[in-house]
Amino acid sequence: MAGVISQRAVDQRRLITPEGIDLQVQLSDIGARIGAYVIDQIIIYVVLVAAFFIIIFGGIAAGPEVVITIFILVNFFLRNFYYMFFEMGPKAATPGKRISKIRVASRTQARLSANAVFARNALREIEINLPLSFLAMSGDSVDGWIALLGLLWSGIFLFFPLFNKDRLRAGDLIAGTWVVRAPKPILANDLASEKADLDSTYSFTPEQVEAYGVHELHVLENVIRANEQQTVMDVADRIRNKIKWNKGMSEVDLDFLKAYYAALRGRLETRLLFGVRRKDKFDKT
Amino acid sequence: MAGQITLKSHRFRTEREQSWRELEFILKAIEGRGMKSLSDEQIVALPRLYRSTLSSLSVARATSLDQGVITYLESLSARAYYILYGSQVSLGKRITSFFLRDWPMAAKSLWKETAISTALTLLAAVLAFILVKNNPDWFYTFMPDSMAQGRTPAASTETLRDTLYHDGDESGLGMFASYLFSHNSKVAMFAFALGFAFCIPTAILLLYNGFILGSFIAIFSEKSLGFEVGGWLIIHGATEIFAIILAGAAGMHIGKAVAFPGELTRTESASKAGGTASLLMAGVIIMLFFAGLLEGFGRQLITNDLLRYGIGLGTLTMWLLYFYGPRRVEGEQ
Repeated sequence: MAGVISQRAVDQRRLITPEGIDLQVQLSDIGARIGAYVIDQIIIYVVLVAAFFIIIFGGIAAGPEVVITIFILVNFFLRNFYYMFFEMGPKAATPGKRISKIRVASRTQARLSANAVFARNALREIEINLPLSFLAMSGDSVDGWIALLGLLWSGIFLFFPLFNKDRLRAGDLIAGTWVVRAPKPILANDLASEKADLDSTYSFTPEQVEAYGVHELHVLENVIRANEQQTVMDVADRIRNKIKWNKGMSEVDLDFLKAYYAALRGRLETRLLFGVRRKDKFDKT
Repeated sequence: MAGQITLKSHRFRTEREQSWRELEFILKAIEGRGMKSLSDEQIVALPRLYRSTLSSLSVARATSLDQGVITYLESLSARAYYILYGSQVSLGKRITSFFLRDWPMAAKSLWKETAISTALTLLAAVLAFILVKNNPDWFYTFMPDSMAQGRTPAASTETLRDTLYHDGDESGLGMFASYLFSHNSKVAMFAFALGFAFCIPTAILLLYNGFILGSFIAIFSEKSLGFEVGGWLIIHGATEIFAIILAGAAGMHIGKAVAFPGELTRTESASKAGGTASLLMAGVIIMLFFAGLLEGFGRQLITNDLLRYGIGLGTLTMWLLYFYGPRRVEGEQ
């Protein structure tokens, strides 16, 4: 496990606050961004269709000209200002982005300005609509070739986020922004606090709590939180073997894991206070 | 050793948790109902809670191995950071400063690019004018059928004169204006957005725009309607063509920054140029809105040539003064 680079480390970027603390923001993955885009497009089209019917029914008296005028304007403003309106708000995210739990942020320490939001959305036109318009071109022999070349060329913009390490759209590049994860802060309960009633049954020797490092502790934490029966059983057996623990008569696997987690964390945190961070079980410090 | 006493990291958490929850509550209120919904006590508490949460994060990173706490504090601090440092001043203030300062200053600072894109448009217009004058067949090369709408070299003088004063019946004016606005904005957006590809597509678009303009004037002047077509064009063109030229200039500014970043990295240079260029671009959209109104209503309702020239040149002077006229520097006030 030691050589594996986690996704978290790949996505992590520095964001140093004026107070001098690195907040370690996480870049959004491409899937979440595509999902957000699809949701936003669906919202736009639903609103357009609704507006179409409302304007038609409301505008019968006013005559067809007013109806079409209003509809053209609604269409234009909705398509172009939907993204800008929401991304200029305090959450800096469209409804689609909120559902995908991502937001737009400035790449530097500067504020996310209205200009930046404008710029990143003005370039949507060439990123999405340009490839689509080449795709829609009719395919005679010469025109077909032009359309194909145009499609390839404009495809560069469409697939731009896949080819740079910060997953920037062309618009993000110009605007100095990027899209980061913005998860709702949820404070999970402390597993170490649940072991109070287990103290008497489980007591580990110093050798037994020396078996693992921080990495294993975090894996163990995830296993306990996920609480899948098979995994819990396997992991409990593994640990018992490793630390030579004799399984008691009525010992529940999950309780054993929780108790061992608390003991291990206590041990590792104590060593942390003395300046020693044991990375994983191979770390001999 | 085995955890008879409560872990220090757990005690740390129970002691601080209250203040984290308080911050979370205030953030939720701001995101939901804005800064104004906060009470005085909450506004005073916000920066204190933010700093104490940041310090909790530092402490937790150094002493706690509870992943739950660390991820929670990271996302809470980031959320607070974005609210305190990440968002902008109120929209009203932004709009005022945009019209009073930002927009004209952006236009002024891009005067070189504006000059180049004006030169490209004029060059293409003159070229097309000469070509079409010598051989009217060139007209069909430059002009797409949908745009010509019967205004071809083959049309009679009367037909051409007629299009100058009565295109589209008057009942459809509003519709026409809104259509033109959304069409022209799209052209301008393209001119801006394509500049990103090292200016070249923007230059081509500007040249093409110039070709259409030049060949258009040529067929009218062929039938000695030169003065009349001038009035027809200038009443809205002063705003519209100027707007497209500015959009081209904004695009070129970005293209230049991407191609020749100088001392900065390419990305830094691009985003620095993007700031000014997008300000200008936002202004261009507003100009096109006016142009759409002028084209849809003004041109159709005002058929006096001199009045058309007057309005056209008047708006042009107004724009030029607004962008390049002397203005007070911020420090002087």
